[in-house]
Amino acid sequence: MDANEVKPKKIKPSEPEKPDAKADPKKHSRVWRTLAMPLLAVLTGLLVGAVVIIVTDPQVIAAYKNFFQDPLNALAKTAESIGTAYGALFSGALGDPVRIFRAFQTFFASGDSEPLLRAFWPLTESLVASTPYILAGLAVAIGFKGGLFNIGAEGQFLMGALASAWVGYTFNLPWYLHLPLALLGGALAGALWGAIPGYLKAATGAHEVVNTIMMNYIAFRLSDWLLNGPMKAVGYRPITPLIESTATLPRFFPDPSRLNLGFIIALLVALLVYWLLFKTTFGFEIRAVGANPDAAKYAGMSVTRNFVLIMALSGALAGLGGATQVLGIDHWVGQGFSAGYGFDSIAIALLGKSHPLGVVLAALLFGTLRSGATRMQSMAGIPIDIVSIIQGLVIVFVAAPAIIRWLYRIRVAKTEEIVLTRGWGR
Amino acid sequence: MFSRLIPGIALIAIGGLIYLMFGSGVSPDVQATFGMNPSYQSQAIPIPNLVLPVGTSIGILSLAVIFLGGWQLARGIRSTSIVIGTIAFAFVTAFLLWATQGKSFSLVGMLSSSLVRATPIALAALCGVISERAAVINIAIEGILLISAQAAVIVATLTHSLYLGLIAAVLIGGLMAGIHAVLSVRFKVDQIVSGVAINIFAVGATSFISARFLEKNINALNNSGTFPMISIPLVSKIPILGPVVFENNMIIFIMLFLVFLLHIVLFNTPWGLRTRAVGEHPKAADTLGVNVFLVRYVNVILSGMIAGVGGAYFTIGSVGRFDEVMTAGKGFIGLAAMIFGKWTPIGAFASSLIFGFADSLQIKLQILSVPIPSEFLGMAPYIVTMIVLAGVVGRALPPAADGQPYEKH
Repeated sequence: MDANEVKPKKIKPSEPEKPDAKADPKKHSRVWRTLAMPLLAVLTGLLVGAVVIIVTDPQVIAAYKNFFQDPLNALAKTAESIGTAYGALFSGALGDPVRIFRAFQTFFASGDSEPLLRAFWPLTESLVASTPYILAGLAVAIGFKGGLFNIGAEGQFLMGALASAWVGYTFNLPWYLHLPLALLGGALAGALWGAIPGYLKAATGAHEVVNTIMMNYIAFRLSDWLLNGPMKAVGYRPITPLIESTATLPRFFPDPSRLNLGFIIALLVALLVYWLLFKTTFGFEIRAVGANPDAAKYAGMSVTRNFVLIMALSGALAGLGGATQVLGIDHWVGQGFSAGYGFDSIAIALLGKSHPLGVVLAALLFGTLRSGATRMQSMAGIPIDIVSIIQGLVIVFVAAPAIIRWLYRIRVAKTEEIVLTRGWGR
Repeated sequence: MFSRLIPGIALIAIGGLIYLMFGSGVSPDVQATFGMNPSYQSQAIPIPNLVLPVGTSIGILSLAVIFLGGWQLARGIRSTSIVIGTIAFAFVTAFLLWATQGKSFSLVGMLSSSLVRATPIALAALCGVISERAAVINIAIEGILLISAQAAVIVATLTHSLYLGLIAAVLIGGLMAGIHAVLSVRFKVDQIVSGVAINIFAVGATSFISARFLEKNINALNNSGTFPMISIPLVSKIPILGPVVFENNMIIFIMLFLVFLLHIVLFNTPWGLRTRAVGEHPKAADTLGVNVFLVRYVNVILSGMIAGVGGAYFTIGSVGRFDEVMTAGKGFIGLAAMIFGKWTPIGAFASSLIFGFADSLQIKLQILSVPIPSEFLGMAPYIVTMIVLAGVVGRALPPAADGQPYEKH
């Protein structure tokens, strides 16, 4: 077709054409290959995060000013800085191993379970933090599977939280009615918030990236008005009233452990999404529309109807995330409730390659990171925003595996590309 | 015949609606005063304020729309823009009259504030135009605005020079866009993913620096002052137009200059032709000897520098300090303005004015204590963006190769 076909293909020296061991169809090497890139991406992100921590630590900067007089001190301070920071991250995320061991000792000696609860608290908190991430990550992942970029997870999360809180404090029903109703309310609110940009894309071709972002800002303003007006609890603070106890998600352990049914629900929903995507016709349609909308249309699938349904489903998942957060943890909604979940969930979906299992793992990682970062902020004084920096980097590394390959000199025979969205048109 | 009937009846109905919503219930002697002179010390020749009887004026506006409906029924109107423009003008003016009844409202102030608020949106839109004309989608505008805003204020505070701050913003904008270019052009990452990644990184990095350094060292790092207002000698004497356009700070003048410069360059120079060729049909441009990759790199970096100026507006052009996430979606609104403006600089500027108007309207309305909650008014710019996108994007055609990485075979 073009004149270039006559010339022999140039073989670049960095990508040898010899048969690659990784093309071997052995299952464990395939699993390794799927896991390796995201793992390396996260590792590299953490490394860069460490560099950022060092470079912005006043003590380390001061030590390096005297580097030539006292090099050991500078290195020691560097190690100390990273050690304190990531040590706080680890103990905030998973718990102090020494403390856990001692708590077990106390439990076996005297039957007192309270030190055990306290020692495991960081771990349960990480699981608690992961729950909304699982659901929000699934929301974005389903969008990606359908070729749609749902940046509106944060707004949908917030609307779901508000709706479920409203059901929670307005009605007084037995728990087996109240709880499912509240969860359903959250999912429906999120579905509505997602369906609007979906419909706009279906009807007018307007790109969902800008529309979902606009819906986010509209959701923030709307929640401001609701929290200061119709949904405001008695008092000065712009928060909703506490939900009834019949609408709360039951917790597994006594205080201070906050691990609740929401975590199990999130895992079940992940399973459900897996089943939906890979074992049903609708799931097949979603994936077909995502892979090649023209072919899907040719095969008779209604691309526009699917756009609306996919966005609604995505919004419902995010709304459910907000609902579980309210019903299981906070029991009321205040300003800034949904902060950060939107962008984090994009990173999680990308890291998990939009597969439900990957999303659950990535969500656990991020929840753990965030949970630990809170402690890193209080113990080592490092602003929690470093997690966003790491996330941005992780996304870049996952989306451009070529960078990781270049960094670590990994060789592969083929390049993989992630094609997730299309341009402004349909 | 029906195709004429329905819009005609709709127009008449809208005219009646305008009167019902705003004109009915207004007592006949109520007047609205529209200030025609700026409230600050200005070069403009003072003119008397515009005082209008509210009820009558709204009536006239409604009649204009109804008349248009009649014309549509009788003869048909070919230009949709005239229709939409008239409805919009009538609706907004009637709304303002209704809101101002019995009170006074600075019209010049609102026009001036519209232009000022349109500035970051216009610069973001220009950034988008230059980048997308070469077929690289630039969602990262929001992140670039944020990082350049912070860079501008830090450098300006440290060096006590606003111009150095501006240069820093421009350079950092170019750098961040350069990263986006490398990711999109060299590594062929999905352009929207790379844009979102840069946005996430920008929010994290600027909030991190803000929390770590700026909060404790406000006077050393976060207190730059702002560009002073400059009055261009002769033209600023013109009433209304003078103060609105010719009495502004440096960044707004830069924006106006860029709009016209970029429009001329994009459509009347060989460089602009190469850019547009690369955006429409990179393969053809390549066969003619245009270096597609180089053009894309140059365009994206340039667009980042323009966004750098936009970022500088938020801090050294407006409040003189950096607040976390202070751009509040202006980058994305700029993208909508770009689409609405059909990917041309002047079109992008015109649409930014509309968004700037919506933005300044909701603030002025809060001052007027209009009985609509301020949060709903705050939604206005975003809702307007969505309506604009819905109405226009299907018909507006982006550059043909927009969003597709170029594969050289």
